[in-house]
Amino acid sequence: MFEVESSTRVERSSVVPGTEELIINMGPQHPSTHGVLRVILRLDGETVKDCDCDIGFLHRGTEKIGENITYTMFIPYTDRLDYIAAPSSNLAWVTAVEKLFGWEIPMRAHYIRTLVAEFSRISSHLLWLATHALDIGAMTVFLWCFREREMVLDLFEHAFGARLTVNAFRLGGLFQDVPQKFLDLSQEFADLFPGRIGDYETLLTDNRIWLQRTRGVGVISADDAIDLSLTGPILRGSGVRWDIRRAQPYAAYPYLDFVVPVGENGDVYDRYLVRIEEMRQSTRIIQQCLAQLPKGPVSCKVPRTIKPPAGEVYHSIENPKGEFGFYIVSDGSETPYRVRIRPPSFVNLGGLKKLALGGLVADVVAIIGSIDIVLGECDR
Amino acid sequence: MPDEAQPDGKEEGGASAPAGAKAPPAQDLRELVEREYAGAVLEQTAYKDLASEATLVVRMDALVQAGALLRDHPSARFRLLSDLTAVHYPGDERPFHVVYHLYSFDHNRRLRLKVKARDGEQVPSVVPVWGGANWMEREVYDLFGVSFKGHPDLRRILLPEDWGSHPLRKDYPLEGRGERVYTKPRRKEFGD
Amino acid sequence: MGVVEGKFSDNFITTRIDSLVAWARKSALWPMTFGLACCAIEMMASGASRYDFDRFGVIFRASPRQSDVMIVAGTVTHKMGQALRRVYDQMPEPRWVIAMGNCATCGGPYANYAVMQGVDEVVPVDVYVPGCPPRPESLMWGVMQLQKKIEQERYIRRKA
Repeated sequence: MFEVESSTRVERSSVVPGTEELIINMGPQHPSTHGVLRVILRLDGETVKDCDCDIGFLHRGTEKIGENITYTMFIPYTDRLDYIAAPSSNLAWVTAVEKLFGWEIPMRAHYIRTLVAEFSRISSHLLWLATHALDIGAMTVFLWCFREREMVLDLFEHAFGARLTVNAFRLGGLFQDVPQKFLDLSQEFADLFPGRIGDYETLLTDNRIWLQRTRGVGVISADDAIDLSLTGPILRGSGVRWDIRRAQPYAAYPYLDFVVPVGENGDVYDRYLVRIEEMRQSTRIIQQCLAQLPKGPVSCKVPRTIKPPAGEVYHSIENPKGEFGFYIVSDGSETPYRVRIRPPSFVNLGGLKKLALGGLVADVVAIIGSIDIVLGECDR
Repeated sequence: MPDEAQPDGKEEGGASAPAGAKAPPAQDLRELVEREYAGAVLEQTAYKDLASEATLVVRMDALVQAGALLRDHPSARFRLLSDLTAVHYPGDERPFHVVYHLYSFDHNRRLRLKVKARDGEQVPSVVPVWGGANWMEREVYDLFGVSFKGHPDLRRILLPEDWGSHPLRKDYPLEGRGERVYTKPRRKEFGD
Repeated sequence: MGVVEGKFSDNFITTRIDSLVAWARKSALWPMTFGLACCAIEMMASGASRYDFDRFGVIFRASPRQSDVMIVAGTVTHKMGQALRRVYDQMPEPRWVIAMGNCATCGGPYANYAVMQGVDEVVPVDVYVPGCPPRPESLMWGVMQLQKKIEQERYIRRKA
């Protein structure tokens, strides 16, 4: 009915429309860049031709601060690196320093550290799921995830007196034993949480919109992921079964039974599935920790002035985002000579170009969400 | 905690001086590299003889070849560059130590490579060997001022382009403006 | 309200225009989410299920053009300072600023080369909320403080 006259059609096609590449600037103040990330995209129509990240808007000089304060004083700064999973960052620092000294930590401290680190993994993944789903357009998931996240933060408050930057661990163990109430509530949470994960999955896993926005988007092969030094769920989503908790166990992980989930296709959807399964496994670990929790002291003997021997260590743990490590160079004095933070988000974000190139501009948001960055530890 | 707490006995026990009979960690890797590139390994250390802290100091001109060998050789397979950073020792003849942390999935072991650079000397880039080194080398360039030969895109990454100095050098002050030329925006300039 | 008191039927309220404007402004404070660091997570928590900022008429907007108040949540670095000021300039008048957390207030634990020692170096701040990070309750307190401040502002009748 509305067919164009054939003569008009010829006329239109004879005019070659001029195309121009468009440069789009996302951030640094943009709701779906998860902080102060700035992404500069060069677009041909809707296709991403080039992608450049501008980071460093949250560069707070943490490594420089680390060179000027003592080993104990640095623990609160580690909270503010990966602030979404603060106890995990604490754990990386204290285990690295303990490796420098060669201290033996009591088993109870190991178990409580593992327990709290797994709670921090859950809280991090919940925040990731909430914001990732919100970016793609699912509002309900955001509210549901925050409901459970508040429960985890309440647990932290019971044990350590703070919600977010908890300063959970000390060199040599814990500051004090956790209260019984914390353990009871942890058990309650661990019993309740698997059902809640099922709730999120009913909203997303088979959701047609979710599948269309995530499946086949941001694909990366295992070889490319290793070449780009990607770690954590993004590497496992590509099918590499590598988890530092299993490969080079620390804390109480050698005594615990859990599965390292992997994906097949290495797309956004597989990373989503990997993280969802990781939350289930974390709940399993929490159940085991609570069941096996040994009695005893929670700290080894720690000297008043902490002076490690001169030397250098690198120790990394499996943060919710990937390999989170510290490289400490000690010159035998009370302050470290050099503190290097091995940031998972920084390195993983380096893979964004590879993931986003050739995709659509709308998918960039989904891909950034699936990398799960936290700028505090990316920029340090 | 008791006041008279002593450091653990374990802490003693030979921070240096490897045991006579036992080969130091990463001896096999040293031999592997030396077989191919004689004289490439300058030093071999390990903190407290820990296998995970095995360190090889390599000659700068052999870095890329040794890296590729360690990545591809079946008895090494260090495919993951975990970390790349630098340490500044002012006053030394070669003040910048660029440090590479490698990981091998196949053998589940770690290795630390080190290169010592003079001030202003260019270190060969390992981006052709490990693609992930791209941003990490940019960071070292940004914070230490060590530049990398053959890097595809060597720009500042964390600090603004016009910062003009390198804050993680030991002679840079923690507080204050240091030597940076960057001027921060003032309320007056915006007419408040 | 002196002379007009009781002259009208029941569902009439008499008030000053100043109070009416202030009441309207304070009851629908739309903040711009300027999440920078750790505090941003607590700011998100304030907007989410448990604390539910919508009760205060506080609805987070992503665009500076639609917002009345900027909650600076987190560490402001020198690199970010210029972008922050630019976003502030895009906000329509009247506008207010809440500095959330120690970093935005005074630099917090980061006394070093990269971090601006308080956001008041670039934008005028109305309310400072202490904490590292402040709990959502503290942020609520900050918003209520700001509401009190807005209540006292006069638009038509200047102070004698």
